[in-house]
Amino acid sequence: MYNKTVSELAQGLNAGNYSSVELTRYFLDRIQTLDSKYNAFITVCEESALAEATAADARRAKGDAAPWTGIPFAHKDIFCTEGVATTCASKMLANFVPPYDATVTRKFKEAGAVCIGKTNMDEFAMGSSNESSFFGKVINPWGENLVPGGSSGGSAAALAARLIPAATATDTGGSIRQPAALCGVTGLKPTYGRVSRLGMIAFASSLDQGGPMARTAEDAAMMLNIMAGYDPLDSTSIDQNVPDYTGTLNDNLEGLRIGLPKEFFRDDLNPKMKAQIEAAVKELEKLGAKIKEVSLPHTHLSVPAYYVIAPAECSANLSRFDGVRYGYRCEHPEDLEDLYTRSRSEGFGDEVKRRIMIGTYALSAGYYDAYYRKAQQVRRLIKNDFVAAFNDVDLIAGPTTPTPAFASGSKTDDPVQMYLEDIFTISTNLAGLPAISIPAGEVNGLPVGLQLIGNYFSEARILNAAHQFQNATDWHTRTPANI
Amino acid sequence: MSIEREDVEKIARLAKLKVSGVVIEQTTQELSNILGFIDQLQAVDTQNIEPMAHPTDATQKLRADVVTESDNRASFQAIAPASEDGLYLVPKVIE
Repeated sequence: MYNKTVSELAQGLNAGNYSSVELTRYFLDRIQTLDSKYNAFITVCEESALAEATAADARRAKGDAAPWTGIPFAHKDIFCTEGVATTCASKMLANFVPPYDATVTRKFKEAGAVCIGKTNMDEFAMGSSNESSFFGKVINPWGENLVPGGSSGGSAAALAARLIPAATATDTGGSIRQPAALCGVTGLKPTYGRVSRLGMIAFASSLDQGGPMARTAEDAAMMLNIMAGYDPLDSTSIDQNVPDYTGTLNDNLEGLRIGLPKEFFRDDLNPKMKAQIEAAVKELEKLGAKIKEVSLPHTHLSVPAYYVIAPAECSANLSRFDGVRYGYRCEHPEDLEDLYTRSRSEGFGDEVKRRIMIGTYALSAGYYDAYYRKAQQVRRLIKNDFVAAFNDVDLIAGPTTPTPAFASGSKTDDPVQMYLEDIFTISTNLAGLPAISIPAGEVNGLPVGLQLIGNYFSEARILNAAHQFQNATDWHTRTPANI
Repeated sequence: MSIEREDVEKIARLAKLKVSGVVIEQTTQELSNILGFIDQLQAVDTQNIEPMAHPTDATQKLRADVVTESDNRASFQAIAPASEDGLYLVPKVIE
């Protein structure tokens, strides 16, 4: 049962093989038995999940079930869920129960899906290893000393351990794709503006984008069908038609032009990673794709540009946490200044404070032009590289990460080393492009992610290529040894 | 670019964060390392390049000026650390 995909579970529900209540109970039990090993969940909402499952069964009995009706899934704990704690893995929001639903949350509810819990993450989505959560680090099911990646590490670990068939995630610099790669699951970051950010707790607003994490591209397409769409309540949401992403999964790849950026395959790339990615590209070639080299010459500037822009935006966004209206408040403040300063200092963890300070510095008088403006200019150069490349190719392929999952604690003392973990994912956030990571090999017995980047709003084409790859290979069906 | 202890104290004050004691030395070192890394950007020629604020250069959509929200004061204040009679409570500012 736990190995079934969303698409298979939907068929099982339609055929009457099990009810949603039975399915929900099954996954709740599985989480209860196994999650102490992984710490993938911050909150498990048993009561509301069973109520939603009961309602889904009633809806199905009336003959008005949609594809998601009765399917259990989890939300990254960054999506506001009315009446259910939403912590962003921070002490600041440890007791926060939102008075409203995120648009993404509302859409899954309307589809009749069953939210079974909220997954662990790096605090405020700032991290690449899930070691910065106030609720403790997440363990990668592929090895107990390994990080699951971040920031959506709880969603990725829950999928890898088969605790849940699907989970939402968010990606500001790689936070869907990098953990998906390190845990051997499928994760899609959509085009910026494709999925509403309303009720998705903000980190860096010009980069943040919610998206699906699942075990197959087909399930990710089913999720994106729910998540995508214009939202008048998100001023950066884009008003553009949403196709049925499952409708084109079976198109053949004959003549699809795939570019390999030479900057992603430099000599310093781990040779075993390189060999696996090249083998995956060969597989796409066998399916009819035409491969050619492209160049993204400003790739090496993406991480430094990001570490100006993202902290600058985070320092502005996180100024709302003041201990007054919601969230953590320090004990016995002496005066208003003390209330602000101590609530923030006690409520935020180290990495969050570090980024707020970098951002505050970059935006402070006298430094704005040298840092923020400069980074925004470099951001356009990075985007222009992609625009030029997409004149020649339909998709860009490469590794999602420089290495497979690394050991817990191995990069926590050196923020810059941790930041470089996202070297292949960050440029697509800066450009606002969609990209997927799919399992595409193994190095030392650990999963390797293949990244496919598309042009703006080409999620259907990306999912099509990923689905065809998954039809031809079995990397996405591999599980950690003890699962 | 490296920064000094005084810079970190100023940044912390602007950001309403408290950084003190031994932590300040470590923070100064970490922020200097990060800023040193970011300094790669200074070598790039960006003359005549328009800064990019939005990935698809979208502009603000406007809506009709009509009331769309209902009054949610009670539910919003129910999650406040301290509120009374519809007001948020903070320590006394004016004696």
